[in-house]
Amino acid sequence: MSGNNQNLNLTTGANAESWAPDLRTSIAGVEFQNPVMTASGTFGSGMEYGEFVDLNRLGAVVTKGVANVPWPGNPTPRVAEVYGGMLNAIGLQNPGIDVFMERDIPFLKQYEKTKIIVNVCGKSVQDYVDVVERLGEEPAVALLEINVSCPNVKEGAIAFGQKADALYNITSELKKHAKQPIMMKLSPNVTDITEMARAAEAAGADALSLINTITGMKIDIHRRKFAIANKTGGMSGPAIKPIAVRMVYQVAQAVKLPILGMGGIATAEDAIEFILAGASAISVGAMNFVNPYATVEILEGIEAYMRQYHVEKLSDLIGAVN
Amino acid sequence: MKQKVTGIVTAQKEIAPSIFDLWIKTDLAKDVKPGQFAGVFTKDKSALLPRPISICEVNADRTELRIVYRIAGQGTKEFSGWQAGEEVQILGILGNGFPLEKGKGKKVFLMGGGIGIPPMLELAKELSADASGAEIQCVMGYRDAKTFLKKDLEQYGKVYVATEDGSVGTKGNVMDAIRENGITADVIFACGPMPMLRAIKAYAQEQGIPAYISLEEHMACGVGACLGCVVKTKEVDHHSHVHNARICTDGPVFEAGEVEI
Repeated sequence: MSGNNQNLNLTTGANAESWAPDLRTSIAGVEFQNPVMTASGTFGSGMEYGEFVDLNRLGAVVTKGVANVPWPGNPTPRVAEVYGGMLNAIGLQNPGIDVFMERDIPFLKQYEKTKIIVNVCGKSVQDYVDVVERLGEEPAVALLEINVSCPNVKEGAIAFGQKADALYNITSELKKHAKQPIMMKLSPNVTDITEMARAAEAAGADALSLINTITGMKIDIHRRKFAIANKTGGMSGPAIKPIAVRMVYQVAQAVKLPILGMGGIATAEDAIEFILAGASAISVGAMNFVNPYATVEILEGIEAYMRQYHVEKLSDLIGAVN
Repeated sequence: MKQKVTGIVTAQKEIAPSIFDLWIKTDLAKDVKPGQFAGVFTKDKSALLPRPISICEVNADRTELRIVYRIAGQGTKEFSGWQAGEEVQILGILGNGFPLEKGKGKKVFLMGGGIGIPPMLELAKELSADASGAEIQCVMGYRDAKTFLKKDLEQYGKVYVATEDGSVGTKGNVMDAIRENGITADVIFACGPMPMLRAIKAYAQEQGIPAYISLEEHMACGVGACLGCVVKTKEVDHHSHVHNARICTDGPVFEAGEVEI
């Protein structure tokens, strides 16, 4: 916040309603009307939550991961509740890129104000390349989020996201094929997330999103069985938020790339923490399941915060912790 | 339209050990179909996800929902302490319910096992109210003589009971009750534990009759987005394009032949 902005707001203070904070933000040259997005896998392609919120009010919908062919996902049970959050091991079930292009993209295109970010998954580099090339045919897709961090599938995904050299290689390979900017989604299940962030930056990534879920486990003591068929699942929900804020801050200090921050965001206050830590935009994930109106309520809360503190532009908040 | 709303508890009592009968006043009651369910939220902020619970009944002026549930964990334990007048959060109405039209004018089995019994009540009520005159035979399986909802069901049809301990009706399960009473049906509607549903699927195939079974699975969103609660399907599913259907939105009721259980 500059002193000038504060002066401006003081002079218009008597007529506060006429003043609206500028919520616009950008990632890798893509402009968004506001910083509120959806975490991949928690929002489908928006169809289900369109019944609860006006999708046109979101900065972007980040879709469920899509692969080159349909994936059946993991056996059930796939989800379990844990203290302050949940575990999931869906296993990236998805209908494949053909159905996605024919059904999901046209659906999302109806919401002209909201950008489309597609999460891309694969088992091999070639799988990712195939999907990235298909998405290159569709100008309505603004940005690609590359899923190299799903902890719930045996091949691919996280295998590319836990070693800096593997992450470097897939990032540089995808850069050769992608028409849209690419945003690498980082896993928190690493010793030093800044090492991964630097590798992605060095390989030419345009942006980073973090964090994916934290690998966890729950045991049903009555049945003496794993609560999730996959044994382990990715933990999400409010309980992981402090870890996510810390990692966003560390990565923001380590690299120059714009960051889409997420991990346990439940309220506008949570979202603002991520932005102050260095995120240019934020995603709401598991909280959609708890409060299907969460995205829009968070957007309204960010705007109210900006009015309260006379923040003229969202960009004045990004990384503004000191 | 699905919504998350605030409802008000109007009554609650324990009708069998650990089985509670809860009435909630809410606008969601207006459009409920038998076999649909609601997501009920705990007040404990550390337990985030809605508990999927089937609708047992709707009152006459469609302003209140009745849910009958068993204490299964910390969430339902909390629910059991709710008092009349308390405000509660509910997500609904979810799922598609039973295809009522398949039972119209037919000789039907409504089969419930344990905590699968409650949704059969609204189904029995609506089928009996229909002018087509279905012949309603309720076959209910209990652990013991605590035959909750039996009297409610008797208002709408003949009730056959099986108990695990043999204290009431047939000793054994619902399939034993069918055999012992020598009864038959043109169509089955069922909800209960998986071994019971598997036995019903096999019986229906043997008899060449349709069976509409209500499935249960751990859920997160309840609205079809998270893909947590899937069941394997015989054919490729129209939405997923793999052999998986979403229990919350494509079900919870499926024709038994369509699913691999």
